[in-house]
Amino acid sequence: MSEISHNSAATMDASPSSRYFVKEHHPENGTLLGFWMYLMSDCLIFACLFATYAVLGRNYAGGPTGAELFDLPLVAVNTSLLLLSSITYGFAMLEMQKQKVKTTLIWLAVTGLLGAGFIYLELYEFAHLIHEGAGPQRSGFLTSFFALVATHGLHVSFGIVWLVTLMFQINKHGLTPENGRRLMCLSMFWHFLDVVWIGVFTFVYLMGVLP
Amino acid sequence: MLDQIDMTKLIFGRLSWEAIPFHEPILLITFIGVLIGGVAVLGAVSYFRLWGPLWRDWITSIDHKKIGIMYVILGVVMLLRGFADALMMRAQQALSFGDSAGFLPPHHYDQIFTAHGVIMIFFVAMPLVTGLMNYVVPLQIGARDVAFPFLNNFSFWMTTFGAGLVMASLFVGEFARTGWLAYPPLSGILGSPDVGVDYYIWALQIAGVGTLLSGINLIATIVKMRAPGMNMMKMPVFTWTALCTNVLIVAAFPILTAVLGMLSLDRVFSTNFFTNDLGGNAMMYVNLIWIWGHPEVYILVLPAFGIFSEVVATFCGKRLFGYTSMVYATIVITILSYLVWLHHFFTMGSGASVNSFFGITTMIISIPTGAKIFNWLFTMYRGRIRYELPMLWTIGFMITFVIGGMTGVLLAVPPADFVLHNSLFLIAHFHNVIIGGVVFGMFAGINYWFPKAFGYKLDDFWGRCSFWFWVIGFWVAFTPLYVLGFMGVTRRLSHFDDPSLQIWFQIAAFGAVLIALGIASFIIQLVVSFLRRDKLRDTTGDPWGGRTLEWSTSSPPPDYNFAFTPRVHDNDAWADMKANGYTRPLEGFVPIHMPKNTGAGFIIAALSAVIGFALIWHMWLVAGLGFVALMAAIITHTFNYKRDYYISADDVVLTEANRTRLLDSHV
Amino acid sequence: MSAPQHQEHPSHAEKYGHQDGFDVHHHDHTADHGSLKSYTIGFVLAVILTAIPFWLVMGNVIEKSSTAGLVLLGLAVVQIVVHMIYFLHMNSKSEGGWTILALIFTIMVVVIMLAGSLWVMYHLNHNMMPGMSQDLIQEAVPGSMQNMQHNMPGMK
Repeated sequence: MSEISHNSAATMDASPSSRYFVKEHHPENGTLLGFWMYLMSDCLIFACLFATYAVLGRNYAGGPTGAELFDLPLVAVNTSLLLLSSITYGFAMLEMQKQKVKTTLIWLAVTGLLGAGFIYLELYEFAHLIHEGAGPQRSGFLTSFFALVATHGLHVSFGIVWLVTLMFQINKHGLTPENGRRLMCLSMFWHFLDVVWIGVFTFVYLMGVLP
Repeated sequence: MLDQIDMTKLIFGRLSWEAIPFHEPILLITFIGVLIGGVAVLGAVSYFRLWGPLWRDWITSIDHKKIGIMYVILGVVMLLRGFADALMMRAQQALSFGDSAGFLPPHHYDQIFTAHGVIMIFFVAMPLVTGLMNYVVPLQIGARDVAFPFLNNFSFWMTTFGAGLVMASLFVGEFARTGWLAYPPLSGILGSPDVGVDYYIWALQIAGVGTLLSGINLIATIVKMRAPGMNMMKMPVFTWTALCTNVLIVAAFPILTAVLGMLSLDRVFSTNFFTNDLGGNAMMYVNLIWIWGHPEVYILVLPAFGIFSEVVATFCGKRLFGYTSMVYATIVITILSYLVWLHHFFTMGSGASVNSFFGITTMIISIPTGAKIFNWLFTMYRGRIRYELPMLWTIGFMITFVIGGMTGVLLAVPPADFVLHNSLFLIAHFHNVIIGGVVFGMFAGINYWFPKAFGYKLDDFWGRCSFWFWVIGFWVAFTPLYVLGFMGVTRRLSHFDDPSLQIWFQIAAFGAVLIALGIASFIIQLVVSFLRRDKLRDTTGDPWGGRTLEWSTSSPPPDYNFAFTPRVHDNDAWADMKANGYTRPLEGFVPIHMPKNTGAGFIIAALSAVIGFALIWHMWLVAGLGFVALMAAIITHTFNYKRDYYISADDVVLTEANRTRLLDSHV
Repeated sequence: MSAPQHQEHPSHAEKYGHQDGFDVHHHDHTADHGSLKSYTIGFVLAVILTAIPFWLVMGNVIEKSSTAGLVLLGLAVVQIVVHMIYFLHMNSKSEGGWTILALIFTIMVVVIMLAGSLWVMYHLNHNMMPGMSQDLIQEAVPGSMQNMQHNMPGMK
C-alpha cells in the first residue's frame, strides 16, 4: 500500500486519472438564483389571488362596488410612496456598491419609512372600508379585494421587518459579501412588490371603478 | 375589565377534554399501542444514551445524506399508518352489506378515507421522493451538499411536523371528513364546523412550506453545483427528472398555499371565497386546487421515471437508449402538466368546448410517457439483463403502470368520464398509476441505493417476497375495483345494499392482505438485512456495476462525499471513468469546506407546528405568542454568520486511507 | 507547502465570505448593478406610466370601458417591463440565462392559470349558475343584474 501523505507529489498529475478530478473546487453561490426562484413562487401566489379577484371581482352581492368605494387620490398617493421607495432602495444599492455604510443605512431608512407610510395609508383605507360596512365578509368582490391587497401589504410589512433587521446587521458587521447578498435579495423582493402593486392599482383599483 | 375575559377560553380556545376520543374503542386501543411503543422507543434511546448522538448527528444535521435517510424513514413510517387506513376501508367495504353496518360508522369512515389520501400523497409519496432526490442528486452531480443545507434541514422538519399534526388529529379532536382535497362548501365553516378541516389545512400549509423550499434548494443545487465538465446534457437522467420535478414544485405548490389560505379565511373570518352565497364560488376552489393537483402527480411520478432510467441502464449493462429524447420527453411532460387539469372535473359542467380541449391535451400528455417506455424497452433489448431486485420492481412497474396509464387515456374521453367519474374505476386507475409508478419506483430506488447509504445490500429473499406480494396483491386488490366501477359503484361509500357486489369487495380485501404481507416482508427485509449486514457488505462502493458518479464513492460516502471534486467528460461519468482505467487519487488532499449542523431548523419548525395547533383550536393567545417567538427565532438565526467549518486535510487523509484499506482487503 | 492542521483558512474565508456554509467565488459578473442614470430613467418612466392611467380613469377620458381596460393593462405591462429592466436589472445573461428562463416559465404558468381559469369559470358559471349572468370578459351591466344574486338560493 502506498504511503499516504497530504503533500502534492509530481507523479499525481501525470496519471490518466488526473483528468477525472480537480484539486480545489468552489461551487458558485446559489443565493441570488434561489431567491429569484422563491420570487417566482411568490408570483404564483399573487397570480392565484389575481385569478380569484378576476372571477369574483364583480360579485357585489347587492353590496357596494369598486366605483362606490375606491378613493383614487389616496391610491395615487400610496402608489407614489411605493414607487419612491423603489428608487430610494436603488440609491441604497448604489451606496452599497461604493461600500459606504452610513449613506447606505440612510437610504435604507428612508425606504423603510416610505414603506411604513404605504402600510399606514393602506390600514387607514381598510379601517374606513370596514367602518362603512364594506369589510371582507360583505361579498365575493370585497373578499377577493381584501385578500389580494392585504397579502401585498403583508409582504411589504415583512419586507420592512427584514429591512430593519438588515440595517442592524450592516451596522454590526459592515458591508460584507454576505450582507451584500442579503441586500440584493431584499432589493429583488422590494422591486418585485412594486411590480405586483402595478398589477394591483391597474387591475383592482383603476379597472375596478370602470363601469 | 380583566375578569370579563375568560382566561380558559383565551388560552385553550375550543380545546377541551371532549376532544379526546375516550368513547372510540379503535382509537383508544391505537393510542394505548402508540403509548406503549413510544415509551419503549424513548426508553431504549435513553437506555443506550442515544439522545446526544441523535440530536448532534441526526436532528441538527444539515448533511443531505442524513436528511435524505430521515425523509425515507418518515415516508415508511407514514406508509404503515396510511396502509392501516386502507386495510380498515377494505374490511369495512367487504363486510357492510344490507343489514350489516360493518364496524365503522360513516363519521369515522369518512375520516379514514380522507386521512388515507392525505397521508399517502403528502406524507408517504412526497417524503420518499424528496428523500431519494436529496440523497442521490448531490452525489450524482459531484457536489458535496445541496445549495442551502440549513434550508434542507428546515424543510425536513416542516414536513415531519406536518405529519405530526395529522397524527395528532387521531387522538386530539378529529380529522377532516371531506376527502383528500377538501372541496367546499363541505369543507367550509358551515359544512365542517369542527377542527378536522383545520388540521388538514395547517398540516398541509406547514408541510407545503417545507416542500417549496426543498424545490428551490434542489433547483439551485442542480443549476449551480454540478461538477466541472457536467453540462446539462451530461447530467444523469435521474438528475434531469429531479430538476423538472423541483421546477414543478416551485411552480405548483404556491397555488396550494394560496387556495388553502383562502379556505382558512372562509372558515375563520367568514369571507366569501367559496361560499354558496354573498358572491362566493365553490367551483373556483375545484378549479384552482386541480391546477396544483395535476402537476402534483407529475411531481410524484417523474422521479420514479428517473429511477427506472438509472436502474434499466445499470442492470442491462448498457447506456440508456435515447438520452436526448428522454430529456425532451421530461421537459414536455413538465410543460404539458399545466394544460390538463380540468380532466379532474369534466362533470362539473364546463361544457363541450372546454371539455374537448382538456380531453385532447390529456391524451397528448400520454405520448412523451410512452416515448420513455419505449426507450427503456430499447435499452433492455440486446442488453445483458440481471434480474436483481431493482430490475424486478422496474419490470413490475412497466406492466402495471402502462395498464394504469391506458385506463387514464380511457378516462380522458369526456363522455366516458361522465359515466366513470368518482366511481371505483377512477380509484382503481389512480392507484394503478401511483402504486405501479411511484410506489414500485420507490422500492426500486430504495433497493438500488440502500447499499450506498448504509454499506450493505438488502436481503434478496425477503425483497423478492415483498415484490411478489405487492405485485400480485395489487392486481387482486384493484381489478375488482375496475369491475365494480364499470358496474357503476360510487367511491367513498361505507355501506352497500346490493349483495351481488360483495364478492368483489371480498376479493379486493384479500388483495389488500397480500399487500400487507408485502409491506411486512419489506420490514422483515430491513431487519434481516441489518442482522446479516456483514454477509451483505458492500466494500467497493459499487455493488451493482453502476454508471453514475455516486457509485465512485465509498458505501456509505464520507461526510464530504468527494475528496476531490470529479471532472466529467461524458454521460454516465463513472462508467466512463471505469472504462478508462481510472484509479483513486491517494495523496494531495486539501482541507474541505463544510456547513455546520444547527438546531435552528428544528426549533423554527417546532414553533410553526405549535402555531398551527393553536390556530386549529382557536387558541389565539398561544398562536400570537408563538408567532412572536417564531419571528424572534428566525431573526436570531439570521444573526448567525458563522455557519461553516473546515475538515482538515489530515482527516481527509485518514478517511481515504481507511477506504483504501477496505478496498485492498477485498480484492 | 503543508496545509494547515485545523479549522482556519482565514484569508480565504475573509476574502470570499461564506453563505450557508459554502464559498462564494465571485459574485456573478454578469449581474448588472445599475447606475444613478438607469435608476433615474426607470423612475421617470414609471412616474409617467403611472400618471397616465390615473388621469385616464379619474378624468373619464375613454368612453368605452373595455377599451379603457385594455389600455390600462397595456400600460401596466409596459411599466412592469420598465421595472424589470431598470430596477431589477433583468437581462438574459444573469445566472447563465436561468433568471430569464425561470421568468418565462413562470409567466407561461401565470398566463395559463389566468386565461384558463377565466375561460373555465366563465363556462362553469354560464352553465351552472343560471340567473347570475356574470360576463367576466366584457364589462358587466352596472348594478341591476348583480342585485338578483342575493335572491338566489345556494346552488350546487
